[in-house]
Amino acid sequence: MRVLVASLPDWSVVAAGCSPDVPAAVVTANLVVAVTTAGRADGVRPGLRRREAQGRCPELLVVAADTGRDARKWEPVVAAVESLARAVEVLAPGALALATRGPSRYFGGDVALGEKVADVVDRTVGQAACRVGVADGLFAAGLAARVAGGGRVVVVEPGGSPAWLAPYPVGALGPDYGDLADLLVRLGVRTLGDLAALSGPSVLGRFGARGAAAHRLAKALDDRPLAARTPPPDLIVTAELDPPEQRIEAAAFVAKALADELQERLGSVGLTCTKVAIEVETEHGEHLVRHWRHEGALTANALSERARWQLDGWLARGSGGPTGGLTLLRLTPEEVRPDGGRQMGFWGGLADSDARAARALARVQGVLGPEAVVTAVLGGGRGFAEQVRLVPWGDARNVEPALRGSPKRRRLGKGSARVAGDFAESPAPAPWPGRLVRPSPAVVHQSPRPAELRHVGGEPIEVSGRGAISAAPAAISIEGGPWSMVAAWAGPWPLEERWWEGGGRRRARLQVLLESGDAHLVTRESGRWWVEASYG
Amino acid sequence: MASLHIAAAKGRPVATADTRLIGVPGAMAGLFPDGGIRRGSTVVIGPSSGGSSVALALVAAVTGSGAWAAAVGLPSLGLAAAAELGVRLERLALVPYPGDQWTVAAAALLDGVDLLLLGPPARAGAGDARRLAARARERGVVMVVLDGGGPAGAFGWPESPDFRLAVVRSAWDGLGVGYGHLRARRVEVALSGRRAAVRERRQLLWLPGPGGEMAPADEAVPAGEAVPADEGVPVSKAAALVG
Repeated sequence: MRVLVASLPDWSVVAAGCSPDVPAAVVTANLVVAVTTAGRADGVRPGLRRREAQGRCPELLVVAADTGRDARKWEPVVAAVESLARAVEVLAPGALALATRGPSRYFGGDVALGEKVADVVDRTVGQAACRVGVADGLFAAGLAARVAGGGRVVVVEPGGSPAWLAPYPVGALGPDYGDLADLLVRLGVRTLGDLAALSGPSVLGRFGARGAAAHRLAKALDDRPLAARTPPPDLIVTAELDPPEQRIEAAAFVAKALADELQERLGSVGLTCTKVAIEVETEHGEHLVRHWRHEGALTANALSERARWQLDGWLARGSGGPTGGLTLLRLTPEEVRPDGGRQMGFWGGLADSDARAARALARVQGVLGPEAVVTAVLGGGRGFAEQVRLVPWGDARNVEPALRGSPKRRRLGKGSARVAGDFAESPAPAPWPGRLVRPSPAVVHQSPRPAELRHVGGEPIEVSGRGAISAAPAAISIEGGPWSMVAAWAGPWPLEERWWEGGGRRRARLQVLLESGDAHLVTRESGRWWVEASYG
Repeated sequence: MASLHIAAAKGRPVATADTRLIGVPGAMAGLFPDGGIRRGSTVVIGPSSGGSSVALALVAAVTGSGAWAAAVGLPSLGLAAAAELGVRLERLALVPYPGDQWTVAAAALLDGVDLLLLGPPARAGAGDARRLAARARERGVVMVVLDGGGPAGAFGWPESPDFRLAVVRSAWDGLGVGYGHLRARRVEVALSGRRAAVRERRQLLWLPGPGGEMAPADEAVPAGEAVPADEGVPVSKAAALVG
């Protein structure tokens, strides 16, 4: 099989972002693994110890190796080559292979294809560093790329690979066959040609399976076919509407067909979708996207209903909605998972009323957005607002407690961070020293209301740094309102949170009961009094 | 069209007396003429201290029986308190900020839930209120309007409801002058309304009781006055209450 190998011998140093004009080396375990051109000119070679390399080139820039970075930066290169030919195999970060049969005929021969691939790789990388070898079999092509040097592309004629390989020493088999190559040299088999000249069964009998594999490589026979990477399946379904569709019913009908098609594609690969993006474009160039999530996997019906509600919702919204006819409708599955099927409960389980409620809630999500409809999960926390985590309807309520001990504050309707666990049935998973005892206030103000507290003499009340209150509160005024008399109070209960890092809070809390019978939780923070919650 | 409606009504399964009622907490059963709230009724809870707790107690009874509830336009609802009163939070959907679309959201939810808790904006129009009440009646949903629960303070729900609930008196236990902590509250709840509920009824309740949930109370509430706890905690021990 004709194979093309493109490789960048010093990929690590390229991936690290070093210019070839700067002497630089990537070092792992004190050994140089990759060098820039300028570094090579100063005598630095892979395999040198770091100190020796720095001795040869004092201004050498030393970069730590990072295999993750190498692989990450290689991915766009692979994607670029995939635009020329399908079925690209990634050999390692910095090396890729592809079968040339189709692409060579398309681009006009192996040489043309090699030039093309080298150009594309160089353009993506931003350096002229790519070397390309084309030969029969992966091993010969790899060796051709390795020896290509400044010539960039080395093409071995079809059928000529064994002869081309013959003069190379057995050491060229690579580090995997290092000990075998040693043994062969001591036995007088010095070149690949010598090895290829031996009979296969004898090599197998004397050197075992590894010997046989080396023998096949020397004869330019592949030890395995290319394991080409399969581009991810295309699951996105799109419908272009021409002429632009003005009526919502017609657009919803198209959405139904799209949902069916998406379901079919997902089904054929055994997947089910838990999050989908519904996208429309209008003739005036507007582009609207909304993401939908459903814990229990979206069926085709559920999906088409959501698409319809979404269109309804967009049209109901006066400003920011579509102003012209729809020209494009697209469903993009954003989260898929293997379809494990769904087992309905035999007794109870999903009742009719649950399905009815789910439909109504999803309908409201269509109008207001998925984040607007939430259910609450109780978690840990000291303040009453922090104990409640709001999960958009359709999301999983029981996410693993990821950040126990550092509950993230989550405000209604903003963001979508999901932390802490499902403690709906057991509201106190961990002790939270400083949490106020029950009962909790029935009204937790979304933004604390500023208040003033005075004692009998009319002086403002303060709380000292040691948590002592200056006098007994006698009257309170909330948001500049009339003064109400305090009938009973207790506190202050100090609370210091996250003082070990920036953004910590210091508060002191008071329970205040007014003569009218209203009770409030009043907090002293940053020199002011706030009504945090009310026992309504 | 009209004949279709009649046919649909005839085809509907016969509703028995108790399926037409929605359960209320046991302590409040004596308050309602039927021992529960008739489906399709509108209940307005007056803007007094304790109104939110009464509303949450009603939600607790509904979600506890496996039915669904939703709260629209009530961003300051104390959900920790809700759980303590027995609300199953996984059956309470919240639409805290419906904005201008509050009637749309409420109308859509009336199709799906059994109890809708509504905190309407201060400028709720009479037409919106009438339409929502009619839809609730048609769908057999109990609509509980938390009067003054919206962001702009007290107001009057423009529509005359089936029931009007108000907390007329409340007294907290457990808080002293500089010591103790809020522990339990006795309230007197008054119910008035139309038809059978024309005569006002009153009921004494613990809300929340010493155990956290709503319970019937028998002692009279001292008018609008705090009740210092008998076993009041001295100031020195107050710190121990924290946590």
